[in-house]
Amino acid sequence: MATVAEILVETLALSGLANEGGDVKIALFVPCYVDAFFPEVAIATLQLLERLGHEVVVPPQQTCCGQPMANSGDQAASAATEAHFVDTFKSYDLIVGPSGSCVHHVRLHLDACEQTPEAAHVRKSIRELIEFLHEDIKSLPPIDFKHKVGLHNGCTALRGLGHARPSERVHEPDFSKARDLLTHVGGLEIIQSDRVDECCGFGGSFCVTDEAVSSKMGQDRVADFERNGAEYIASADNSCLMHMKGIIDREKRPLKIVHIAQILNGGPFA
Amino acid sequence: MNLFNVLTDRPVDPESAAAKFIADTKHEETHDRLVWGMRMHRDEAARQIPGWEELRELASQIKEHTLTHLDQYLEQFEQNAIAHGVHVHWALDAAEHNDIVLSIFQKHNVKRVIKSKSMLQEECGMAAALETQGIEVRESDLGERIQQLAHERPSHIVVPAIHQLRTDVAALFAKNLATDEQNSDPHYLTEAMRNDARPALLHADAGMTGANFAIAETGGIVICTNEGNADIGVTVPDLQVCSIGIEKLVPRSADLGVMLRLLSRSALGTPMTQYTTHLHRPRPGTRIHFILVDNKRSDRLASPDFWHALKCIRCGACMNTCPVYRRSGGLSYQATYSGPIGVILDPGFDHTKYRELPYHSTLCGSCSEVCPVRIDIADQIYKWRRVIADEGLLPLAKRAGMAVMGETLSHTEAFHGAEAVAIKAIEQLPGVVFNNPLNPWTKHRDMPNPPKQTFHQWYQKNRGSE
Ligand code: SF4
Repeated sequence: MATVAEILVETLALSGLANEGGDVKIALFVPCYVDAFFPEVAIATLQLLERLGHEVVVPPQQTCCGQPMANSGDQAASAATEAHFVDTFKSYDLIVGPSGSCVHHVRLHLDACEQTPEAAHVRKSIRELIEFLHEDIKSLPPIDFKHKVGLHNGCTALRGLGHARPSERVHEPDFSKARDLLTHVGGLEIIQSDRVDECCGFGGSFCVTDEAVSSKMGQDRVADFERNGAEYIASADNSCLMHMKGIIDREKRPLKIVHIAQILNGGPFA
Repeated sequence: MNLFNVLTDRPVDPESAAAKFIADTKHEETHDRLVWGMRMHRDEAARQIPGWEELRELASQIKEHTLTHLDQYLEQFEQNAIAHGVHVHWALDAAEHNDIVLSIFQKHNVKRVIKSKSMLQEECGMAAALETQGIEVRESDLGERIQQLAHERPSHIVVPAIHQLRTDVAALFAKNLATDEQNSDPHYLTEAMRNDARPALLHADAGMTGANFAIAETGGIVICTNEGNADIGVTVPDLQVCSIGIEKLVPRSADLGVMLRLLSRSALGTPMTQYTTHLHRPRPGTRIHFILVDNKRSDRLASPDFWHALKCIRCGACMNTCPVYRRSGGLSYQATYSGPIGVILDPGFDHTKYRELPYHSTLCGSCSEVCPVRIDIADQIYKWRRVIADEGLLPLAKRAGMAVMGETLSHTEAFHGAEAVAIKAIEQLPGVVFNNPLNPWTKHRDMPNPPKQTFHQWYQKNRGSE
């Protein structure tokens, strides 16, 4: 497995791409669960990238990155899905997806399939939406979202992709790419949570195999945001949001969830 | 009979045990709050040290260097200890360790032992083994004694009884020490314990400890406690037996400056433990035995993926930060070591029995970030899952599910077919059917609303002509 640092060095080579809107074709990666349950997030991502002047294609044969199986340790079961992913995206220079945990899987853990040059290319060419937008933050279209928003950084995005300073690193200067993006939104007020970056408890198959702990973590996370006055929980990870929404709906709490792409694009919201 | 070994061979089930702990809201919420408090104290203590990250890096390097030269440091340690008149023994596994202890005690006709907390002796099941031979083993650490009276393992490596409420302790003491069950005042309870412990300390035939660090250069060991109980244990009786895991070595006394700065700050957020005892040679007329224990540590050292776990200095910081540990309570891991470090250590002892532990984690990665010796804990948890799956130890349901999922997700048409079925199912079944307790998702959560169409369908409809 390559380290985060190694991969970041390689992806640095791509960092100029975001600024050259239109020159590079972006392949939009829509994670399987986003396709099935949160089409509005994929639509928002597509429209937002297009408004920024990029040419976006949606490879029709895409399914999933293989993370659910790989996360269980089952390399045999994830190999074919990973190979399919590589096959789908190998001819694009830049792949962008609105999901920290899926991008993290591709970049750091996609090693059940054969490590061909195509696989290596795909692994270093994939970008999570937030990191991609952050490089070009000034060209974000002006937009309003007049709400109190609690920001939840998914753990893989936070500690695996470096979206923000993890709270454990007390000496590093504070930063958060998602927060930077949201401060560009008119009328949006960011709400702090008491446990700034505690895991919400989704954790892939953990949410089913360890249902009690997973639910309790989600309940605590939701309650933290609510206690601090948030109307919305926003994240770059729809998996975390799906889990917290399940809890919000069950407990009939007043909170709503929203993907950051939806805020930045001004919808669609459902 | 060791209570904990009765259930051997069956795989442990941390998920159900955690569910029970959580159902008991009062215990779970107090546990979460107290343990999170330790993490907050750790952050504050780390903030006070400007070179904190450099210190972590240095500690990690010292440990890596030691582990990659372990043979030579162990020999150096042994030679120096022997030169000081210490008896040094080597134990390959838990049974050998317990046999050595027993033979020492039999030779000196030891009937009563006072011991300070040692995770290694716990790992060896030592107390139970000695008790079958008629030797009374008494814990001197308050939390550990509470656990001994409760017939439970320590639930945390630094604060063994953190999962117990004051009222639990009051009930336990009332039963064992004839205190007032209604009085759960900590001072009252501590005093009762102190009064009970003193005669045991004074009349013990032997004292036992573990070691936080063993110094190759001097042949001595360092024991860190907050109650000073180890000090009484090593000074009152004339016979001392110290169990030392071979990974506890550091090369020089000078290295302790790095380790001790990190240990207590990472654990409880205090600058130092209250007592840091250096034990080098027996007082005239007394004896000290050091037992150097392997118990699968050299197997681990030979493993490219997992040897880093031997750097662990047992501070417990990973447990304090772990959101799963805090909700589950340490006993739910049903193993010697709990929390993230337990998840990567326990399968190294028996990966069939402990195969569920690597799944008792969300892989959030906070453990790796707090670890003072920079163990890549979360990565090792991930790698353990691969080992478990490779060896065919995934539960059947999980295994079959993964294969079907892999098959579906590797084919575009199959994927869209499955999507349609799933969405239809959600749409057509009334909420009550889906929201029933047989589906683990819906026990505490609602299902996502079915979308009008998938993104794929939307794209075909709206952009199909492109
Ligand atoms: S793994 Fe690291 S954080 Fe956990 S107990 Fe060991 S040294 Fe402390």
